[in-house]
Amino acid sequence: MSHHALTIHQARQKLRTREVSAVELAQSVLARVRQTDERLHSYLTVCAEEALAQAEAADRMLANGATPPPLCGIPVALKDVILAQGVRSTAGSKILEQFIAPYDATVTQRLKEAGAVIIGKVNCDEFAMGSSNENSAFTPCRNPWDTDRVPGGSSGGSAVSVAADLACAALGTDTGGSIRLPAAFCGIVGLKPTYGRVSRFGVVAYASSLDQVGPCTKDVRDCAILLDVIAGHDPRDSTSVNRPTPSYTAHLERGVSGLRIGIPQEYFIEGMQPEVETAVREAIAHLQSLGAEVVPISLPHTEYAVATYYIIAMAEASSNLARYDGVRYGYRASEVEDLGALYQTTRAQGFGSEVKRRIALGTYVLSAGYYDAYYLKAQKVRTLIRQDFLNAFEACDTIATPVAPTTAFRLGEKLADPLTMYLSDIFTIAVNLAGLPGLSVPCGFDQHGLPIGLQLIGPPFEEEVLLRAGYAYEQDHDWRTRKPPL
Amino acid sequence: MTYESVIGLEVHAQLLTESKIFCGCSTRFGAAPNQHTCPVCLGLPGVLPVLNKKVVDFALRAALATHCTITTTSRWARKNYFYPDLPKGYQISMYELPLAEHGYVEVTAEEQAKKVRLTRIHMEEDAGKSIHDAEAGASLVDLNRTGVPLLEIVSEPDIRSAAEAGSYLRSLRALLQYIEVCDGNMEEGSLRCDANVSIRPRGSTEFGTRTETKNLNSFRAVEKAIEHEIQRQTEVVEAGGRVVQETRLWDADREVTRPMRSKEFAHDYRYFPDPDLLPLVVDQAWVEHVRTDLPELPAARRARFVHDYDLPAYDAEVLTARKDVADYFEASLRACPAAPKVVSNWVMDSVLRFVKEEKLDAALKIETWPCPPERLGALIGLIQNGTISTTIAKTVYEDMRRTGHSPEEIIESKGLRQVSDTDTLQAAIAEVLTANPDKVEAYRGGKEKLLGFFVGQVMRATQGKANPQMVNTLLRQKLSQ
Amino acid sequence: MRITPDEVRQVATLARLSFSAEELDELTQHFDTILTYVDKLGELQTDSVEPTAHAVAVSAPLRDDVVTNTPSAAQTDALLANAPSRKTYFFRVPKIIE
Repeated sequence: MSHHALTIHQARQKLRTREVSAVELAQSVLARVRQTDERLHSYLTVCAEEALAQAEAADRMLANGATPPPLCGIPVALKDVILAQGVRSTAGSKILEQFIAPYDATVTQRLKEAGAVIIGKVNCDEFAMGSSNENSAFTPCRNPWDTDRVPGGSSGGSAVSVAADLACAALGTDTGGSIRLPAAFCGIVGLKPTYGRVSRFGVVAYASSLDQVGPCTKDVRDCAILLDVIAGHDPRDSTSVNRPTPSYTAHLERGVSGLRIGIPQEYFIEGMQPEVETAVREAIAHLQSLGAEVVPISLPHTEYAVATYYIIAMAEASSNLARYDGVRYGYRASEVEDLGALYQTTRAQGFGSEVKRRIALGTYVLSAGYYDAYYLKAQKVRTLIRQDFLNAFEACDTIATPVAPTTAFRLGEKLADPLTMYLSDIFTIAVNLAGLPGLSVPCGFDQHGLPIGLQLIGPPFEEEVLLRAGYAYEQDHDWRTRKPPL
Repeated sequence: MTYESVIGLEVHAQLLTESKIFCGCSTRFGAAPNQHTCPVCLGLPGVLPVLNKKVVDFALRAALATHCTITTTSRWARKNYFYPDLPKGYQISMYELPLAEHGYVEVTAEEQAKKVRLTRIHMEEDAGKSIHDAEAGASLVDLNRTGVPLLEIVSEPDIRSAAEAGSYLRSLRALLQYIEVCDGNMEEGSLRCDANVSIRPRGSTEFGTRTETKNLNSFRAVEKAIEHEIQRQTEVVEAGGRVVQETRLWDADREVTRPMRSKEFAHDYRYFPDPDLLPLVVDQAWVEHVRTDLPELPAARRARFVHDYDLPAYDAEVLTARKDVADYFEASLRACPAAPKVVSNWVMDSVLRFVKEEKLDAALKIETWPCPPERLGALIGLIQNGTISTTIAKTVYEDMRRTGHSPEEIIESKGLRQVSDTDTLQAAIAEVLTANPDKVEAYRGGKEKLLGFFVGQVMRATQGKANPQMVNTLLRQKLSQ
Repeated sequence: MRITPDEVRQVATLARLSFSAEELDELTQHFDTILTYVDKLGELQTDSVEPTAHAVAVSAPLRDDVVTNTPSAAQTDALLANAPSRKTYFFRVPKIIE
């Protein structure tokens, strides 16, 4: 097996026994990027030099005999909305095309402290707004299982880099499904942690009350390892929760015996791709065979989630993206006569059409006379949606659903109609509104050989339960051993 | 028809914290451009705010000092607008649930006590500064001030004249200085004021259309601008026109208000709860803690001056109107054995007159006065022990504040020490009497009023240094011989 | 149509965006589709429901009033390195008219 295909835990083993060096591992991944990424476009910036220097430092730590930090020498990729000091951070936008981050995001800092080797910054929808990665201002990222199809968005580059062995693992962000959807479409594991579990400091904001950073990994154990590193309180993020972080790897193998799995009727809808429903139901049946108990539940406000989400996310985005004005950093339109033109031309030229659409809609729903009808209403429905989940968790420990109603769709298929695109997130969005953790685990392939994802949703701060269930399922299946045909 | 003016003031007070409201940058004034900035206050991608506890402590002090009701759970909101000195494109402020509401400030207007009600007090971040005249066709932006904590204090439209507005603002400033949360310096912009002004026919209970006037950076500007605005609106209405609701700027040079030119974009601030900041919860224990630590307020100090120092109510009122003046009075008093009333006279007559003459009103700080209170105390002490007369003391005081020298130094170098030596005085008296035989005759003939003339002549002969009591006594003795 | 191109243009101005006539027509169309879709929230009776602004409800953390950022020319240089236009340590913009 080539070095670049190693999981974190496999690589860690080989690094510690000096079977492979961190530099060899990094070189192997960088070579793979050079070879295959022309077809996939997962990387926006490759930090070859810095990565090799970090790998050398990791090798020195590994050589000196002391216990190395948890990710010592592990090659990882960062979604381009996550800042790394001295590295270009575009957030997939033209407006930040030349922006060099002057500071590290907290998660970046944590990865560095854990000894990780940062291979580069990976592609995403512009400002994480999208479900297909086609909104990247540069070039859309492709699904490695079928390069005519989308990898899912917005953390498409994160999922692709992991699925195609262009990184051992990656960090993505998830605002309405942006980790889980691409994880499902690309056949990898993706976790959106509980809101407040992972710091958002240094992560370009899309919708602040929904955004959360999470791992994209080759298997569930890796997911737990990465979460161990990035989870925890950050005094620089006021929404980061100050409560102890359990070891997510410690109880991974405890099994699912007695675990109550809720199945919401609202998540198995008409018009779903039948193979998706079959695969997800089989996965649930398997967990049942391992001792879990299946409980039918209802999440009655599910059908309102997409509308609620888009109002809230667009409103927050319209304000979050006001700072891109060409004054202090980023793109500035040339030859503008006055300040008004500076703003309008800079933003008209710097932002892509989906971003502008969301800013405009977000501005509209917050404007005088519309606030109550749209924004306040959506915040109230958000309460109902959250309450649905809290009620459901009285009867179950985790909820199992599909990640998406279909497998990866074709590039261009949904571009013309934004609403159809928005509905791709129909099963993932409510989790963000409720602030809950959600895990996407591969659970099969459709007739075209495209991956299918199982979503496990947990109560706040119960990531451990999701990882335990995901791990139990994964151990009995070999989906993760299949590799995309590259 | 006669009109009544209806005025409400919006005051912004910079809080005297060390660090900014949402980041660890210094709030100090006067650094090189953009030195006191970091990713957070520059609004870089990915940054998040973390609230400075001291800002809340200070805001609570102000809320308690103005008798406000404190909101247990208040909420941060974003006020969205575009301006080059507003890095994030929104200001973090409070909107629906401000920290405090329903307070009042006691004001003396036209000799009458009056309460001006406060609508609300909330915390927010300051914007940066733009410099418009440094370069042709360009403005320069300095963000050092961005994120300095502000209190916004909004009054009800309870004010009825420009003078009343001035007196409200002075009282409010005194309060903020007393509780040590704001230095109150209007010229440097640490206290800023916008005035909402409308007029209505006297007797009417409905409000007229109001204008908001900005750029009022002195007490004089506040009063002048309001006067001008009342007059302007009255002229508009009397000419059959309508007052337009708009934001106007005070032009201090021409002493007029004019509409802001940048009004092509109508303001719609799109306030909404800031998702980056959780609600602020202030429990009773916190409020009580702040209440316990609250410094003495002007009203209490006024009462104490009357009670403990036996000062007339008028003196107490004048001395306590400003915390620095009251502090100055008490420090002077500690430095001399004189009666409080004597010290009070000195502070009111000399110190405050000087403050007024030199127009040092706002910029004046007790630590930088050329005549520190200990020196004033020493000067008064020298009168008490007979070293100099009160008249000489006045000239010594002038010298003290001009040169910064101590009273002893001035008295020594100018030889102003009072002459109480009997022989010297006798000699001077003899000279005066010899030079004026006719007046001596007249005095002895019953024109006793002439004593004053002789005293004056002796004082002149001694360049004012003679001890006046002794001159009096000796003269009487001599003339009755 | 629930909204006219003119209203969309006003919103765009408020958001400091500009659109060509064609873009504006398309955007108006999208506004209409999306606003019609989100209208479904109106089906729900929410008069007595509290709004949720934060999914994880705790109160704001506080920091001590301590200056943690020591200014230096090097640091200011690094922070201003991305500026499109500068004069010494100022950001430069087209003239602001008040």
